[in-house]
Amino acid sequence: MLDTFRRIRAVGGKEVRQLLRDRITFGLIVGLPLMQIVLFGYAINTDVRHLRAGVADMAHTQLSRTLVAQAEASQVVDVVAAAPSVTDLEKLLSDGRISVGIYIPPDFDRRAAGGSRPAAQLLVDGSDPTLLGVAQGLAAMPLESRNVSSAAPVPLFELRNYYNPERRSAVDIVPALIGVILTLTMVLFTAVAIVRERERGNLELLITTPVRTLELMAGKIMPYIVIGLIQVTIVLLAGKLLFAVPIVGSLLDLYLAALLFIAASLGLGLLISTVAQTQFQAMQLTVVTFLPSILLSGFMFPFEGMPRFAQWLGELLPLTHFVRLVRGILLRGADLHGLLPDVWPLLVFFALTMILAVLKFHKSLD
Amino acid sequence: MQDEYAIRTRGLTRRFGDFTAVAGVDLAIPRAKVYGFLGPNGAGKSTTIRMLCGLLAPSSGQATVLGHEMPRDAEALRRKLGYMTQNFSLYADLTVWENLEFMAEIFTLPRADQAARIHAAMQRYFLADLAERRAGSMSGGQKQRLALAAATLHAPELLFLDEPTSAVDPQSRRDFWDRLFELAAAGTTILVSTHLMDEAERCHGLAIISRGRLVAEGTPKALMESIDALVLEIETPDPQKASMALRDEPYVKSVTQLGTRLHALLRRDTPAAVKKLSEALRQAGLKGEIQETPANLEDVFVEATSFEGDERVAPRA
Repeated sequence: MLDTFRRIRAVGGKEVRQLLRDRITFGLIVGLPLMQIVLFGYAINTDVRHLRAGVADMAHTQLSRTLVAQAEASQVVDVVAAAPSVTDLEKLLSDGRISVGIYIPPDFDRRAAGGSRPAAQLLVDGSDPTLLGVAQGLAAMPLESRNVSSAAPVPLFELRNYYNPERRSAVDIVPALIGVILTLTMVLFTAVAIVRERERGNLELLITTPVRTLELMAGKIMPYIVIGLIQVTIVLLAGKLLFAVPIVGSLLDLYLAALLFIAASLGLGLLISTVAQTQFQAMQLTVVTFLPSILLSGFMFPFEGMPRFAQWLGELLPLTHFVRLVRGILLRGADLHGLLPDVWPLLVFFALTMILAVLKFHKSLD
Repeated sequence: MQDEYAIRTRGLTRRFGDFTAVAGVDLAIPRAKVYGFLGPNGAGKSTTIRMLCGLLAPSSGQATVLGHEMPRDAEALRRKLGYMTQNFSLYADLTVWENLEFMAEIFTLPRADQAARIHAAMQRYFLADLAERRAGSMSGGQKQRLALAAATLHAPELLFLDEPTSAVDPQSRRDFWDRLFELAAAGTTILVSTHLMDEAERCHGLAIISRGRLVAEGTPKALMESIDALVLEIETPDPQKASMALRDEPYVKSVTQLGTRLHALLRRDTPAAVKKLSEALRQAGLKGEIQETPANLEDVFVEATSFEGDERVAPRA
């Protein structure tokens, strides 16, 4: 037993020494989270405002002018061009000079009063899905003077935004970013760390020594667990300082959740390392697992909006569960106990990948 | 348990798909000797070594190494075994000291005399001045000394060396062999694979391996004396033409050029061999001085590994 600890320590210590000497890798450990948080935190912004709009007003009535003014007042659109006809409006749209076109037909007042048919038309550049969503919101905007005689219409629902009242994207993005960064670095580092030993021939020597497969794996991933926790801290601090991301829940729960997620990612990394023969293959395989994680985990797109099949795939990814855990703990102040449905999938994922990796590793020596 | 042989195998065989890398090899390798595997690249030397140290499971046959049944007892053997791989397999980005310390920890050598042991090893292998050097920045000879120091740090009973001197200059090679004989004298059994004749000739015992088969076995001296061929040395101004002319004679097994000389291996039962050869040379319009000579190891190797020659000659005899 003591021998086992000594061997794990020897492998881990060696790994740390190598890491400290590899300036680029070491720089990546700290630099990558910082770069990503700045990049994503500022760049990813899903509350779209100030879209460039063009208006083709065929009605020229007071009501039509009210409509345009109201749309502008919402700050969603800025009217930058007026078009004499609907064809000109379409031209502006296809040239990319505007993203939204507002077409008001000559019989606008009559349509608005009737209420049975849409009164005006929104032409949207559907090549950008986010724009489409925003425009759909705009289309649902009630026209205050739709029925001039009645009082201002009472909205059906009063919308109250919990947990992120100002609807700042950074608040959603930054916690989930912890998971994205860990996915990339943890999976890649472990996969490459083992494959590198195989590529350089170190493994051929190691397997004739008393070190066991599990000791070797444990020793190799230990330093990366610590690195993962350092990265979590960097992202949390940067999120707090740069974007004022709230930390509502307990930090202990957060670090426990991160530890779980790190374990699951390391398991995946080890599994990749048993399949890949070269470092290049290891990187390719990492990217193959990384992309679905980004797309299907609810980090980029709302999980609820995905088709059932994609949701089902998403449930298989550790990042999906971690995004829920971290948002729950950081923003809603949930505790791990309450989040058990997202805790056990991570445990299962870790166990399965480890078992497979150890089995595969044995075989690959033969 | 303590029998006189360090390694015994019976019918040791390893197949990779349709390809048979090692075919029915029987070995009996004595303790505390330097024993060589001589053979061309791809002959199955490395595969045999890998089976003997438990890296590969044999497809069939048995191997007993230091009294342990392989590959079943591979784990128990690990501490008694040192392995020096063909390519440098320590860590290039660690220093000499760090590499040795790592190996000491992996073999869980007692902490009390660990440092003393590493120092002693660095003295013995002339690494004392290089303690802080990264392994990656050292010369071929220095790397090889480090690899040997690392492989022997835990005082193994059995040492496997897979083509250890491939990237080393001649002087380093001589030093290296001196160290090997010291180790053998101290009781270590050493199994070394090589394709270099001068190295093979230094071994106490030698197995010639070709296409996965054991084709000759014995001490280098015995192998040279018992060669199943007459060896004739031909001194000629045009060795290439002479070689062409003699190659097709039915009683000639093979012809090897050594600078301006040729070594021709003839069937043992060839009568009046010298006369026959000079006649053949004369017919080709060539001159040459021919005399019988004792076989060297290369002759043994050529004789043992040339199957085609035998097959071609047989029907005409």
